[in-house]
Amino acid sequence: MTLSLLFQHIVNALSLGSLYALIAIGYTMVYGILRLINFAHGDVFMLGAYVAFYMMTLLSLPWWVALLVAIVFTAFFGIGLERVAYRPLRDSPRISIMISAIAASFLLESLAVLIFGGRPKGVPVPDVLSRVIHFGSVSMIVISLIIPLFTFALLAVLLWIVNKTKTGMAMRAVSTDIEAARLMAVDVNKVVSFTFGIGSLLAAFGGIMWSFKYPQLNPLMGVMPGLKCFIAAVIGGIGSISGAVLGGFLLGIIEIMTVAFLPTLSGYRDAFAFILLIVVLLVKPTGLLGKRQAEKV
Amino acid sequence: MLKIQSLSVHYGGIHALQGIDLTVPEGKIVTLIGANGAGKSTTLRSIVGLVKPTSGKVLLHDAVISGKATQDIVQMGLVLVPEGRRIFSNLTVEENLLLGAYARSDKKGVLKDLSHVYDLFPRLKERRMQKGGTLSGGEQQMLAVGRGLMSRPKLLMMDEPSLGLAPLIAKMIFEIITQINAEGTTVLLVEQNAKAALEVADYGYVLETGRITLQGKGRDLLMDDRVRKAYLGEAQ
Ligand SMILES: Nc1ncnc2c1ncn2[C@@H]1O[C@H](COP(=O)(O)OP(=O)(O)OP(=O)(O)O)[C@@H](O)[C@H]1O
Ligand SMILES: [Mg+2]
Repeated sequence: MTLSLLFQHIVNALSLGSLYALIAIGYTMVYGILRLINFAHGDVFMLGAYVAFYMMTLLSLPWWVALLVAIVFTAFFGIGLERVAYRPLRDSPRISIMISAIAASFLLESLAVLIFGGRPKGVPVPDVLSRVIHFGSVSMIVISLIIPLFTFALLAVLLWIVNKTKTGMAMRAVSTDIEAARLMAVDVNKVVSFTFGIGSLLAAFGGIMWSFKYPQLNPLMGVMPGLKCFIAAVIGGIGSISGAVLGGFLLGIIEIMTVAFLPTLSGYRDAFAFILLIVVLLVKPTGLLGKRQAEKV
Repeated sequence: MLKIQSLSVHYGGIHALQGIDLTVPEGKIVTLIGANGAGKSTTLRSIVGLVKPTSGKVLLHDAVISGKATQDIVQMGLVLVPEGRRIFSNLTVEENLLLGAYARSDKKGVLKDLSHVYDLFPRLKERRMQKGGTLSGGEQQMLAVGRGLMSRPKLLMMDEPSLGLAPLIAKMIFEIITQINAEGTTVLLVEQNAKAALEVADYGYVLETGRITLQGKGRDLLMDDRVRKAYLGEAQ
């Protein structure tokens, strides 16, 4: 393998890892706050991509306007989803809210088939993003470079919000002890909405970038990435944001590198996530960066 | 200031509070004592809306507050230092204290109160950047009390603040209670340590399996034979 090829694989791995990380964060943040696995998160990712698609095709908006509109729309959609499907069940047994999450996921997929149609749609990738650039002998598509760059910027903002702002402090408080947070006059509903908003925003961004990199949409496109990113979050230690990022990148890198170096195994690429999950959980049941946490009562 | 009228609370089939009446006058220290499981914590938790009463009312300055959301009640100045400390273990000591002031927007006042709390508990100042979960039990209790003070409460409710503390620290907590009361904060105190509580309290209530069986001035209750026997551990 030549050096330039290796470099290309690295960029690809980073860009896939970025997308995984963006989605995994949504799982981990929601879990951290509500101890809920938001099974519909992968479908939110799909929705973001479709909304951007229609903004570009039906409304002929410039791609970056479409991106912004779709992200904002999806963020509010995520907030609405929590209101409708999860909030009424917050004090019910955990199993009810899990079932509601699974139902929400199926509902969104079915609605997507109904509204968007089941046939895959080709995404008009903006020219600036599909251009190939050359560094000496290395050539790369712009989108593969842009994805990690934007992801790092978004992660920096996210970490700043969570660790340095008052809202972030409230989020961390709610995730440790909801009731004690209430006693501090924290409006838990607002914090939960904010969390769903951020998670959905990141998923939408990931979905749109995904659709620019692998330019095809279908209503079930969120299922596999959703599942893998949930696994990434568990591998990293669910509830931990840096864990989700680590898990996402790990998964992306392993997936790309295995396909690159052991092409005979490429048919099994979707299985790597599960193998890694099993290995990590056997060695460290709380995930790589997870801490043991008492079950909330 | 605060009035509780025939308050009843059920947990499933358990009738934890069976219609209690209780008054906390402005500027006073009132204590609620009773055996384990009597319903003391339940009383405090219903005042701040963490528990929904089945019947009865809680009034603040003659306005009904039962049924309101906890964060709104806390914002009115009714602050509970909960049983078992409930420190945010993954937040730093200072963040814990700042969360106590979450509802306040007067930044200057918050910083002033922060240094006031650090004066009261120098130990917390030494540990301000440490995670709350790494503190010792007693230090966590100081943090819980300090966090309660950070909200500038009008009525500070404390659920067994001296639990698990070394006698010297416990004494200090009671001194702080009288001090903040002298500074104008009304206090509703729940304690296992009935003697210490009745000594600082203006008025006391005795709760037995969900009913108030005795009440009176702190000093009078200290002298009362039934109280001495049941709660002060004295032989007749
Ligand atoms: N969440 C709950 N579910 C069911 N029963 C409860 C619950 N909380 C309290 N109880 C019951 O209600 C009664 C009163 O409890 P409460 O916690 O108010 O007692 P307490 O006076 O604070 O006791 P302690 O001194 O041990 O703290 C007890 O019998 C307790 O078992
Ligand atoms: Mg109690």
